Amino acid sequence: MATICEVTHEHIIEVENFSFYYAGVDTPNLKNINMPIGKGAVTALIGPSGCGKTTLLRCFNRMHDLYPGNRYEGKILLEGHNILDKNEDLIKLRTKIGMIFQKPTPFPMSIYDNVAYGLRLQGIKSKSELDGRVEKALKDEALWKEVGDRLKSPGTALSGGQQQRLCIARAVAVEPEVLLFDEPTSALDPISTQAIEELITKLKEKVTIIIVTHNMQQAARVSDYTAFMYLGDLIELGVTEELFITPKEEMTEQYITGKFG
Amino acid sequence: MTLQERRILLNKVIMILSTTAALLGIIFLFWIIAVLFYKGFTALNLNIFVHDMAPPGREPSGLRNALVGQLILVLGASAIGVPIGVLAGTYLSEYGGKKSRLARLIRDISDIMMSTPSIVIGAFIYAILVAPMGHFRGWAGIAALVVMMIPIVLRTTDDMLQLVPGSLREAAIALGAPKYKMIIQVVYRGAKTGMLTGILLSIARIAGETAPLLFTSFSNNFYSTDLNNPIASLTVTMYNYATSPYEDWIDQGWAAALILALFVLGANIIGRIIIRKRKGEH
Amino acid sequence: MNRTLDIIFHNTTRFFALSVLVVLGALFFVLFNEAKPAIDAFGLEFLTNSKWAPNMEIFGGYPAIYGSIVSTIIAMAIATPIAIGIAIFLSELAPPWLAYIVGMAIELLAAIPSIIYGMWGLFYLAPLLRDIWGGNGLGLATAGIVLSIMILPFMAAITRDAMKTTPAILKESAYGMGATRWEVLKDVVIPYVKSGIIGSIILALGRAIGETMAVTFVMGNAHKIPDSIFKPATSIPVTLANEFTEADTDLYYSSLFYLALILLVISFTVIAIAKFWFLRNLQEQKV
Repeated sequence: MATICEVTHEHIIEVENFSFYYAGVDTPNLKNINMPIGKGAVTALIGPSGCGKTTLLRCFNRMHDLYPGNRYEGKILLEGHNILDKNEDLIKLRTKIGMIFQKPTPFPMSIYDNVAYGLRLQGIKSKSELDGRVEKALKDEALWKEVGDRLKSPGTALSGGQQQRLCIARAVAVEPEVLLFDEPTSALDPISTQAIEELITKLKEKVTIIIVTHNMQQAARVSDYTAFMYLGDLIELGVTEELFITPKEEMTEQYITGKFG
Repeated sequence: MTLQERRILLNKVIMILSTTAALLGIIFLFWIIAVLFYKGFTALNLNIFVHDMAPPGREPSGLRNALVGQLILVLGASAIGVPIGVLAGTYLSEYGGKKSRLARLIRDISDIMMSTPSIVIGAFIYAILVAPMGHFRGWAGIAALVVMMIPIVLRTTDDMLQLVPGSLREAAIALGAPKYKMIIQVVYRGAKTGMLTGILLSIARIAGETAPLLFTSFSNNFYSTDLNNPIASLTVTMYNYATSPYEDWIDQGWAAALILALFVLGANIIGRIIIRKRKGEH
Repeated sequence: MNRTLDIIFHNTTRFFALSVLVVLGALFFVLFNEAKPAIDAFGLEFLTNSKWAPNMEIFGGYPAIYGSIVSTIIAMAIATPIAIGIAIFLSELAPPWLAYIVGMAIELLAAIPSIIYGMWGLFYLAPLLRDIWGGNGLGLATAGIVLSIMILPFMAAITRDAMKTTPAILKESAYGMGATRWEVLKDVVIPYVKSGIIGSIILALGRAIGETMAVTFVMGNAHKIPDSIFKPATSIPVTLANEFTEADTDLYYSSLFYLALILLVISFTVIAIAKFWFLRNLQEQKV
């Protein structure tokens, strides 16, 4: 059984007896996971590659539904409501839970249209409202100064770090409750990485964040809670400082001291 | 209706439309295949292979001379077109390289030549090989097919050779091999399966051509292997038979169509299997 | 010894590589040369004159040019939406096993010799259309339909391949914002592969306009501008296929070469645009 610390933040998500099976595989990729996610906190998922951290992250917005045959068991409660329900409205779920990927994913359209994309999907047509919200999202992501004068140029023309911040702005513009970050800095240089980390710290005032990272220092820098996973099991969920200084589980200790991974 | 319901509805409508489009297209394509196999197999019999073409209504009649003529034309064109295409492709890959402007120009021109209307190539060969001699001839048909074949073989050879890792070339050169030996013994060997597949597909491609033969090799009702005279081919026979008013000729036209299609499809399937196998090895 | 062989091998390969340029040059030169008498006699008016009367030594290329263009437009109008529909179906909707089988079948169908499509058109489609539209069932519409079915596998296969180049992460990213399948296609996939799709459409157009055997049976062979697309007409390849061996005067013969030259110029231009404008952009994107 995993060691789960007390999450003092209000719980926005509860994962209960949750298992996940990839299509055509009989053994679960994630095994009976139980964990709370604190509202307005940053929770980091760490572990060696193949431990299931990205798989778990992609369960929160049901990304696995894009590929037929994948199967969930158990519950993931978002504010008390099970998002794994067969009749769950995935469109609504994904506007509530946004996602940032390993690589920047600017859509093949202008900077402005990228940020406005989610807003337009929600039916906002008014030019002045779009303008206002695009500007606000870009300012929040500290991108306005760099791109405010060339909103019409394509999103792909930006540098890697700028593209990633553009994607964050795009996700934040629709005001989600939760943001999922899947190794968001793995393709970026150290300076861009620092900018993203600062953003994450700032963002948690408004939004709950779950971040997968292969970089333990990053987890230590940005997160309030850290979950260590290994081979599809959740081994330990702890308050970040405690987990890195005094891990409760032997495996966690071995991992963070670099004995494997 | 809420906005979201509208979006979901629109999505459903478009997905149903594209599935319908796919079904419609597939139905038509399978209709053609069904007709080809049904008519072809009904008309197919041993006589087709052992007897020559005969006037309508006369028994026994077959397509032996057309089959032999087709074989001669395709093999003849391959015997000339494949070596030329391979050598030309070798130049692009091994001497020209990616950057050379001449190599790029030849690549571009080959791409265009591959899509040049085949009837135009037929007219071209007519003007230079048939008109001056005053009569149709098998060689002219071969020439037309060669012109079609070279760009195809050239491009596949070029592509396949470029897949051979540069380190292999360097290793051969480092052993003191002259460049031509390096190419023949190392590069060709490394690209063997890919080149073979490409050559097979290019043969299949020219085997189905009718238009370039219409006024080059023309047709011949009798058994002939003389390339200085008109020679029969399956495709031109199909053209002549299909436009004739005679029931038995039309049926034999379908038999010819089936034989041709089986050959072309067979070559394509074998090519696919070779590629698959190679992928499996890696 | 080795050095000599090296030089010989190098020059042999270069000789054959250059032969491609020579052939293309010769192609243009010979067609122009053979067409010269007709060009001298009719000039550019050949393009707009719709009278084709061999017995009076009057030759106008307009009906054939018109037929080529109109039948191609009909073919593209039918094939483009269906090909895109098939591509969407194969890349987004069908379960993998079905997409594999149908995709494979479509690629094989692209290899079927075009004359077989023509025979189907003559013996099956034309009678069907005769019952529906009246007349003899031959004409631009019939030719356009046969052409559309002939280029369909080719177009669908390339469009599907182009769509597949969209990175999964980009699509997921749009789904992650709550977009529907159609919205992901419309806003992300299609813009991302736009030049590839346009390139494949133009390439298919190049094939259709120069196609002989699929249409020669069903065009109806009438050297005039038909008052309806359901009436017999002709096209450049069809005129060449039917009349080349009948050309009994120099001017007749030369006029046919004039048509061949026009066809070569049209298809050369179309394919060059497809390859170098749209498909080259695509290749550069991939790199």
